[in-house]
Amino acid sequence: MKANSSSRKLLSLLLLICGAVLFVYALILDFSRSGAKYRGAFLILGIVAIIAGLYFFPTLKYHRRIIYIIFLFPLLFTFAVTVIIPLCLGIYYSFTDWTGIQFTKFVGFENYTTMFSDPQFIWSILITFIFVVLNMVLVNVIAFLLALLCTNGIKGDGFFRAAYFLPNLIGGIVLGYIWQFVFNNVLINITKTSMLVQTKTAMIAIIVVYIWQYAGYIMLIYITGLTQIPGDVLEAAQIDGANPSQTLFQIKIPMIASTFTICTFLTLTSAFKQFDVNLALTGGTGSAQFMGKYLTSGTQMLALNIYNTAVSKNNYALGQAKAVLFFIILACVSLIQVRISNSKEVEL
Amino acid sequence: MVGEERRRRSLVLTIVGIIIAIYVLFPFYLVVMNSFKVQADIVASPIALKGVSFKQFITNLGAVINNSNFNFWRALFSSVVITVISLALLALFGAMAGWVISRNNKKKWATAIYMVFIASMIIPFQVVMLPLVSTFRDAGNFVGIPMLSTIPGIIFAYCGFGGAMTVFILTGFIKGVPYDLEEAAAIDGCSPEGTFFRIILPLLTPVLTTVTILNGMWIWNDYLLPSMLLGLNGKYKTLPVAVQAFVGSYVKQWDLILTAALLAIVPMIIIFLIAQKQIMNGMIEGAVKG
Repeated sequence: MKANSSSRKLLSLLLLICGAVLFVYALILDFSRSGAKYRGAFLILGIVAIIAGLYFFPTLKYHRRIIYIIFLFPLLFTFAVTVIIPLCLGIYYSFTDWTGIQFTKFVGFENYTTMFSDPQFIWSILITFIFVVLNMVLVNVIAFLLALLCTNGIKGDGFFRAAYFLPNLIGGIVLGYIWQFVFNNVLINITKTSMLVQTKTAMIAIIVVYIWQYAGYIMLIYITGLTQIPGDVLEAAQIDGANPSQTLFQIKIPMIASTFTICTFLTLTSAFKQFDVNLALTGGTGSAQFMGKYLTSGTQMLALNIYNTAVSKNNYALGQAKAVLFFIILACVSLIQVRISNSKEVEL
Repeated sequence: MVGEERRRRSLVLTIVGIIIAIYVLFPFYLVVMNSFKVQADIVASPIALKGVSFKQFITNLGAVINNSNFNFWRALFSSVVITVISLALLALFGAMAGWVISRNNKKKWATAIYMVFIASMIIPFQVVMLPLVSTFRDAGNFVGIPMLSTIPGIIFAYCGFGGAMTVFILTGFIKGVPYDLEEAAAIDGCSPEGTFFRIILPLLTPVLTTVTILNGMWIWNDYLLPSMLLGLNGKYKTLPVAVQAFVGSYVKQWDLILTAALLAIVPMIIIFLIAQKQIMNGMIEGAVKG
């Protein structure tokens, strides 16, 4: 801000004026519904020019403040448009008869009462909870055992870690289809009928795939926790004559309590939101008898139910109401989980 | 004696490890193996080597790559462009915002922004996806910038969704960067933006790697967001969307489906082989901090 202060001032003013003119002109075009193709480009150019003008604004006093605003703007803007506005709109729409494009009237809590009279939806909630609980326990137990295996002086542990982690690299859609092949064409030689046909075995199949995908990742976190236990503590235990199981249950597990918190939280939230594997592996199909009704989507979990309600059955308002409920459940469950576990380590 | 026992134990553990590794890697073996076969041989015996031929693999590859529903090169290109640009923008914007927040952490507005970001991390995508599509459609029509079914639109969405986690991890790290450095630079006449780009940003390399790996794994494999914003039959498709569209059109054509799956996982495996350590460390750090 030392040299050419006058030319800088001129540049700043010019940019600000041009930007404002372009911006306002683009907005006028928008509001008059002119449909001119270049109005989008004008709007962006206008905003860029205004930001540049602000940047060159000849002030020492406010320069830092202007920089802060410019630095925060991109992320806050995208965040507001993609998260905050749709979230507010979504909660609002859940009380209307929204069709995905428009709505005509408010219906109050009608969407919320309709979904609870639908046995399929209650079934979805139930199996989602069962799935989440089973997964949380199984993934953590298996991942912890794998972590113990990999930290117990096994040869080539680097290879094993990488191999167990490998499935985590692949997206749920692709590995869902790979496993569909495994269940329908390979394991069928052992199980006679495909595991994916019957609801119960199909749920087990989803859990198996999910563990296969996720345990390696959770294992890595446990390994980090286990290797951070100070060596002298383990040595002291050994000198005091602790046997391996005592070392495990009375020293190792209490010392990585914070790791358990992280891993249960991760498995909980990700299992809850499980969608890709569900869609690709079973597509939600499977028969079930529930609440006196015959259901055709026995393996349809909550996230998939929401998607199908809105996108396949074209009932956007109901799907949105279900999504809001899903959000509330997820938020409550996460909060309770954090409360129960020792949240001291979570550094905010 | 003790040494003997330990060696035996280590041997047993190694064998257990190998058995688990075979189980974990077996589906990959099946994918590769069966991409080299014709449908009839796959159905007859999916595990056996019978019917494996390189020529058949080329035939399968050709059929998959040129398939109008899959369009491998196009999907790969879209995936790469979307992922790379989103990651670069997220790293830059995230560092900028994280720097501002951590340098004003005693002020109320910065704390408020930070808290909103953290609280938003619990929001599942399902609750915003339907209004997001309508917002993008309406806003795009209004200002004359198409946001649906376009690459800039989806990059914009990824910046918004990845922002919270990125800022959270980066802010934590920047708080640990000594403020003295910036003061010294300011005394030497360096502007605040100069300080950020010349001093702070280079110091962030390790944490930016972590953030990029976490976001990269998410964006590359994401299905729901691109399927909503780009559409299953849209002009642009990412690889997971292309696989879904492809499988939907070929029921049980396993020779083609598995070849498509192989093509979809190969880029990620190659990157993993190159940057194995960074990816694994990045995933751990992200989890521990997040």
